[in-house]
Amino acid sequence: MSTNEGATSDQHWPPIRFNVNGAARSVKVPPMKRLLDVLREDLHLTGTKEGCGEGECGSCSVRMNDELVNSCLIPALQAEGADIQTVEGLALDGELHPLQQAFLCHGGAQCGICTPGMLMAAAQLLEHSPRPMMAEIREALAGNLCRCTGFMRIFESVAAAVDAESAGPATRLTTEQMHHAR
Amino acid sequence: MRGNADMHDLVAPGTLNGVLELLAAEPAAWTPIAGGTELMVAFSAGRLAAPKLVSLWGIPDLRAIEVTPQSIVIGAAATFLDLRRHAVIAADFPLLAKAASWIGSVANQGRATLGGNLVNGSPAADSSPALLAYDAEIELISVRGRRRIPYSEFHTGYKRNVLAADELLYAIHLPRRFVRHKQYLRKVGTRRAMAIAKVALGATALLDNGVIREIRLAAASLAPFPTRLLETEAVLLGQKIESETIRSAHSALLFEVKPIDDIRSTAQYRSRVAINLLDEFLLQLRSEGSRG
Repeated sequence: MSTNEGATSDQHWPPIRFNVNGAARSVKVPPMKRLLDVLREDLHLTGTKEGCGEGECGSCSVRMNDELVNSCLIPALQAEGADIQTVEGLALDGELHPLQQAFLCHGGAQCGICTPGMLMAAAQLLEHSPRPMMAEIREALAGNLCRCTGFMRIFESVAAAVDAESAGPATRLTTEQMHHAR
Repeated sequence: MRGNADMHDLVAPGTLNGVLELLAAEPAAWTPIAGGTELMVAFSAGRLAAPKLVSLWGIPDLRAIEVTPQSIVIGAAATFLDLRRHAVIAADFPLLAKAASWIGSVANQGRATLGGNLVNGSPAADSSPALLAYDAEIELISVRGRRRIPYSEFHTGYKRNVLAADELLYAIHLPRRFVRHKQYLRKVGTRRAMAIAKVALGATALLDNGVIREIRLAAASLAPFPTRLLETEAVLLGQKIESETIRSAHSALLFEVKPIDDIRSTAQYRSRVAINLLDEFLLQLRSEGSRG
């Protein structure tokens, strides 16, 4: 697999290597640089948002080695060798992830700042608990704050994604069909 | 002001010995960082003083959880998710599993470590009342060797502890003898999720014919560091749970706690809630004791 050097002005730092959305990446950044900033500034993956910068709001949530983490609290060096998934890694072959489709269809996103984190927290939940109860959905998203939706539409979107998945791919609507369905 | 990554060095020796040798070579020069849920917040805000940090993340010895018939030994870098997922902790030490579920969000629980919670030394630390109620011991390690002390002797003042400059918190030992005890843990914060405690009380006790034969009470946010309520325990030990005893326990509790007014609550509120929590525990203990 080819290694993409991240664009950075800190070339004198030793390289830190990890996988992002399945691709091997290498960055020369200070070891204490926040993973959030590495993703956004060095790898130009700006889907991951900064909200509070103190691990309270979940906007910067990504999945690292199969755990949900706040990327604002991860020093780059501690991501060495890790498998990282960001919101850019959810869609597959140009087709939205069922969670993304459900958020679109059910009004799960308004201003959009919390949305990538909500999606990653929900993806983490479904990875480990494919048929979660509403209480599990609420707990899994409890670390992700939204100032727009009042949360109900987000919870309903996750529940709808669960239903769509259990009904099987045949019933899955395209994004366009979902817009019409609204 | 935002933190500047260029101002801090971070190294990851990758082994316990590597970390200990670094700490021994330059005592007090290196600040250990595990999951980063405290130090990275300080860094982001531009108030992390430590110029040199050494990573404890990804060192298997520090994250192991070992079970014997007599005890469970939890590596200091075990995360709160590790604790929540552990069957023996769920069965034998439900208060610790409950406290682990209080730590921030799932994303925080996957990074925040039990040892970090203790070394950080917040008076409001979520895991501390449970560990005190279970008579935890802690094991410290350095290139000079290991030593074990009761956790109740670890904190020596606000954000101060007994760790020497070259020492690392290595493990937390819990004796497996509380299964038959009545166990209690309740935290009162601003909201149920993601809030720091205004007051928390943890307790374990054994009743024999209505008489308290063993009791441990532990509080968070009622003193400069998490602490056992030894005076209150002494008043209750050997007594039946009756109104006179409960009143004496209230007096002892008010005498020994040192709550403060701060951004989260007032001293008066904390004292009142502490008494309410103690009452709740004692009434539960009495009603279950009378059934058994």
